[in-house]
Amino acid sequence: MSCGAKSGGGCGSGGACGCAGERRDTVDDARRDFLRGAAATAVTTLAAGVTLYSFGAESAAARAPGEEVSSKVRWGLLIDASKCGDGCTACVTACQTENGWRDTGHPETDPQWIRKLTVENPINGASFSLPMMCQHCADPPCVDVCPTGASFKRADGIVLVDKHICIGCRYCMMACPYKARSFVHEPLEDQKPYAPRGKGTVESCTLCVHRVDEGRIPACVEACNDTGGGAMLFGDLNDPSSEISKRVAAYRTTRIRSDLGCEPGVYYRNI
Amino acid sequence: MRLVVMLMTLLTAAVLVLPPATATASEPAWVPKPARGRGDKCVADTAWMRRNHMTALMHHRDEMVHEGIRTKRFDLTGCIDCHAVKGADGKPVTIASPKHFCRTCHDYAAVQIDCFECHASRPEAKTAATTGEAAPGRASKTNAAVLAQYLRSLAQ
Repeated sequence: MSCGAKSGGGCGSGGACGCAGERRDTVDDARRDFLRGAAATAVTTLAAGVTLYSFGAESAAARAPGEEVSSKVRWGLLIDASKCGDGCTACVTACQTENGWRDTGHPETDPQWIRKLTVENPINGASFSLPMMCQHCADPPCVDVCPTGASFKRADGIVLVDKHICIGCRYCMMACPYKARSFVHEPLEDQKPYAPRGKGTVESCTLCVHRVDEGRIPACVEACNDTGGGAMLFGDLNDPSSEISKRVAAYRTTRIRSDLGCEPGVYYRNI
Repeated sequence: MRLVVMLMTLLTAAVLVLPPATATASEPAWVPKPARGRGDKCVADTAWMRRNHMTALMHHRDEMVHEGIRTKRFDLTGCIDCHAVKGADGKPVTIASPKHFCRTCHDYAAVQIDCFECHASRPEAKTAATTGEAAPGRASKTNAAVLAQYLRSLAQ
């Protein structure tokens, strides 16, 4: 919130722009107080909305099993960093349970479908934390560089790896600005039936595509609403009446490294 | 490339080795007899499945992964569920065991299966934590119940 007080502030794109601190010397105090009041009202309204929407209203529109995905839908996430608890890893745990990945004791190469980041302003120490995962770009660099066509974007905007075609070259891992992809180094057994993963292929967040196709919401969003801070909202960005579209239209949101032009489908607030 | 080779191998092996179902009565003793699956019949005629399961699976997989068409008929998960073979410990065996349904024929035909490098080769052991559907206190339905309870408490 605070970094927006100076109009046209340069924090629209980067996650680590250092805008968490307050610069009181540049802003008139009365104006700041007025803005603070307005922000408080907005938060109250939002809090009511969140309560309302966390009671069952959030579900993806289910398709018939035989119907193919349509580009009329564009799935996306809105993550409010101010509600994301510092030590909370509910989303990460839920993703691990849902998709069957876990740490193998090799931190440099362990799978990371979703991870928690803490961003700190080195000058004043102010920090916030946020979940980071595949941003499901509209123009994904991972798809551009894939030599086999294994990395692809579904019509509804979900970026996936077709592991049947993946040769494990890891170009996509290098191309991704978000370090969202990881490579499976060890042979695996007893994977989740709906989340196949295997040695020699690249993997990343699938936005819980198996759940979305059933009309459910991703596991991380569900866990964040149930046991976390309720920071995550999933929905259709193409539908102007969806809660996510309304909030993206109403509040100042940021897409991390939007300067790269990848058009991510994951929006952040208060970063 | 690997896939093309795999498919070609599978097709060749199926044509060369697997006898048509009509020959069941006169099958020699060394022809593998895979365990019967659950239920009355397979998703398609047995003789057809013997020759064409790989093509059906591959077609379904491409449609499902890329277009999100999630029909159940030729879904590998369904095959694994129905054709699970129990081992000595009473649990379904993995592809590591020669008793595994797929291995019964594939070992005989000397055709390597790549499916289970990524896919689970036995049904998922049912636990409460495996999926949001069965886990109490996580689904939004439960939340609706909590809301109802809260509203009732307000009314009193």
